Amino acid sequence: MDITSASIDFGIIWPEVTLLVAAAVILVLPFFRITTRFSPAIAFIGLVVAALLAANQWDSPNSGFYGMVTCDNFGVAFKLIFVLTSGLALLMAHRYLAARGINRPEFYALLLISSTGMMVMANTTDLVVIFLGLEVMSVPLYVMAGLARRSLESNEAGIKYFIMGAFASSFLLMGIALVFGAAATTDLRRIVADFSFIMSSSQPYLVAGVGLLVVGFGFKIAAVPFHTWVPDVYQGAPTPVTALFSVGPKAAGFAAILRVFTYGFVDLEVLTTLFWILAVLTMTTGNVLALRQDNVKRLLAYSSIAHAGYILVAMVAGGPAGTSAAIFYLVAYAMFNLGGFAVVTLLETRSGCQSDFSELAGLGKAHPYLSTVLALFMFALAGFPPTVGFFGKFYVFSAAVKSGFIWLTVIGVLNSFLSVYYYLRVVKTTFLDRAETTFVPVRYSPAIIVVLIITAAGTLGIGFFPQHLLEFSQSAIFAFL
Amino acid sequence: MEKELLTLVTFFPLIGAVLLLFVPKDRPDSIKGLSLIIAFVTLIFSFWLYYGFDVMANGMQFEVNIPWISSLGINYHMGIDGISLLLIVLTAILTVLAILASWNSITTGIKGYFISMLLLETGMIGVFCALDFFLFYVFWEVMLIPMYFIIGLWGGPRRVYAAIKFVLFTMFGSLLMLVAIIYLLFEYQRFSGVFSFDMVKIIDDLPLTYREQLWLFGAFALAFAIKVPLFPFHTWLPDAHVEAPTAGSVILAGVLLKMGTYGFIRICLPLFPEASMAYLPYISVLAIIAIIYGALVAMVQKDVKSLVAFSSVSHMGFIMLGMFAFNVQGLEGSVIQMINHGVSTGALFLLVGMIYERRHTRLIEDFGGVAKVMPVYATFFMIVALSSIGLPFTNGFVGEFLILLGTFKANVVYAVIGATGVIFAACYMLWMYQRVFFGKVTRAENEKLVDLDWREKIILIPLVILIFLIGIYPKPFFDRIEPAVNNIVAKVEKARSLAAESGRESQNKFFATDQAETEVVIDSKEPPNE
Repeated sequence: MDITSASIDFGIIWPEVTLLVAAAVILVLPFFRITTRFSPAIAFIGLVVAALLAANQWDSPNSGFYGMVTCDNFGVAFKLIFVLTSGLALLMAHRYLAARGINRPEFYALLLISSTGMMVMANTTDLVVIFLGLEVMSVPLYVMAGLARRSLESNEAGIKYFIMGAFASSFLLMGIALVFGAAATTDLRRIVADFSFIMSSSQPYLVAGVGLLVVGFGFKIAAVPFHTWVPDVYQGAPTPVTALFSVGPKAAGFAAILRVFTYGFVDLEVLTTLFWILAVLTMTTGNVLALRQDNVKRLLAYSSIAHAGYILVAMVAGGPAGTSAAIFYLVAYAMFNLGGFAVVTLLETRSGCQSDFSELAGLGKAHPYLSTVLALFMFALAGFPPTVGFFGKFYVFSAAVKSGFIWLTVIGVLNSFLSVYYYLRVVKTTFLDRAETTFVPVRYSPAIIVVLIITAAGTLGIGFFPQHLLEFSQSAIFAFL
Repeated sequence: MEKELLTLVTFFPLIGAVLLLFVPKDRPDSIKGLSLIIAFVTLIFSFWLYYGFDVMANGMQFEVNIPWISSLGINYHMGIDGISLLLIVLTAILTVLAILASWNSITTGIKGYFISMLLLETGMIGVFCALDFFLFYVFWEVMLIPMYFIIGLWGGPRRVYAAIKFVLFTMFGSLLMLVAIIYLLFEYQRFSGVFSFDMVKIIDDLPLTYREQLWLFGAFALAFAIKVPLFPFHTWLPDAHVEAPTAGSVILAGVLLKMGTYGFIRICLPLFPEASMAYLPYISVLAIIAIIYGALVAMVQKDVKSLVAFSSVSHMGFIMLGMFAFNVQGLEGSVIQMINHGVSTGALFLLVGMIYERRHTRLIEDFGGVAKVMPVYATFFMIVALSSIGLPFTNGFVGEFLILLGTFKANVVYAVIGATGVIFAACYMLWMYQRVFFGKVTRAENEKLVDLDWREKIILIPLVILIFLIGIYPKPFFDRIEPAVNNIVAKVEKARSLAAESGRESQNKFFATDQAETEVVIDSKEPPNE
């Protein structure tokens, strides 16, 4: 098949265009003195339409813009993950932002622009376009982290994320430049085609370039040792934004990593060893540091590092099984992690709540159903059946065993054993500890109830019947256009 | 109906738990009543299983096998043989009694408590029915969550510590088992070309090399040994048993520990017969250590409940010892002892709970002369204590006798040392009984103790009936166990002869000579038959 299809086919970027249009409408409305009350609704409609358009692209792989955009099942699957994540974050955000006095229309526009960037990142085989998408995704995120302008922590989060992110981007760019120097192209398909020639002619540049790419992407997925920004940024940012951070950019980073390393540079053998080490470091560091956290947001930050480690295990396993395991795990993780953050968001709509462990005590008595749901998410994060957390881990580890990485699997399950301790600590504090002060009841909003129902139903429902998601993730493969 | 019966027994408590969600929490009597009815109906279903069970048939019965997660070959495959049948009935009985025992002692969070109880029952029965490795693992893990809450929310002063310890210990073992299960999946796929977690198929067909067997046996055995618990993995048990509420201890001792021994019988022995033989000396020695260590520690306990907890360690050691005799007597004794231990230790925990509800202490020194004040209670306690020691005409005797008989045939030294455990059992049990029940009433509080009421008698009578039934006429139970036990023994014997043919030397001298002896015995027996 001709790899440089010369058409400029807007059909393959309709979801992205929709999100941008919705963002533009939200930004423009205030100029015409129209009330901004509708901006969340506009953003939500934009996301729903984008989801429908993306779903329509399923099973019709296509390439366009001179081969710069590739829209295959893999990319579409990620588009759907991004829309789901952004949609749930949006539903969480409204009441929370209002309670903190930072409910501004820009937030919704930034959310949509950032999602557009993620989609671009997942739907290309060109390194430069990946970089473009990454920047479109990241810049709004820097702003969103610092959204609470009067909060010192939020400012710190914004600046920290920005400086570290800019650093990582420069590494990535340098890596792309070196790869270009070695291969004379930034298109992964051409690199794959000429791989042996490139290796023989300019191996050092290529390897150095790929190494820098690992650093750049490693930052986005918060792999150890590029994770140091995570706890402070996650804790300081407004909670719905943190929820988005923990899934959206991570999924986008994995989309790029899977494309670049399990397809583009799949023949570079040193990568398997490198990612093996990264996976072990990421899982272990995340879990060990999470053991002694006293703040739920910080705990979830470290736990998100650990979960990136599990997905890296799937990546090390490689092949179609590894890719589909990674996608399955990302969807599962989106469900229970966003659910966990939704509960934290709900708790933080009460004034003065910092989500310290001590503030959870008494929740079990005051809100038995909410705490049951929280416990469900914690058991899912820890990987207990019958939640989807178990099946996700099972699928990831079986991909690893299939490829012969038994020791990696053993390290993985031991890590998941460690994690049981701190997730159970949350459950323990919620149900078993006595509150020192009277527990201030929370007020539910319809949107957050919708989020909790979707995530809880997903966590349990997919856990009992994973077949459909399994088929979905197995069909979400690269198309070699 | 017969086909769905197993599903019904397993998931009826789950349906009940969902129903309980809709009962308002300010109506405790309706909650208790409904959960009792549900547990009772489950019990009736389990009796129906018992009577529908074909004693003559060999292999699994009441099988259901429908695809669940077809991409990975995971099926909803349930089925039972005699061993699982008895354990299911035991579970159903003990759950009813546990719910009755919680009637007055649970005062806070009643709804959550009974929901947890019923969820636990589904998990436990599921483990005994599952014939698909994935399904087995799911049930195995699922029952951790309700047990965590039962210990952690309604337990004693150190309940939080005990609950977390219990979950972490179990998790550690079972996660390695998960890796082994996944490995089996791909081995089977390599061998047969299809994905399948089917326990029956994998056990019957899959050839494993000796090396693989050793590793996989290790992974499974660790999970099961923690659950049993085999010395030195037993440290979670005293904490969990002592801190759990009475009903929790009953279920823990009565059923949860059996999941470990059941795992050995259902998976380890038939799937890894050669590895089982290789591990035999180690496991037997650990079992003997557990028997004697458990008994000695039980002897010095000040708290009756921890005494019973340590006696569990000792009794579970007997079960393991009998199982690893690898002959019909040892295995049958081991299986029947699993039931016996559930009945006797369950009854002991119930009895301890009853006196604790009255006096809010379990320390031996706080009692004395209780037999004068509570004669009915003292009688029940005497019967149960004697059955736990293994007096003839009680269930304990049948089990321990067969276990020692089987072990004696396999290895005289093990049997002789193991048998001392019976004597120690008599020591700690009778000494405790003497200090609590005989003598003068030393404390004023004990003089006003009220004897058992009708509810408590109803709880104890079925267990006492079982104690004597198994003790005097155990045949119906053995009839049901025998085909299953014969299958396992046949598998192990086959491996033993294969090992002898290929001349694989066992590292253990004792074992090697033993093996030679048994072979001679078999040879000398065969000619007259022909």
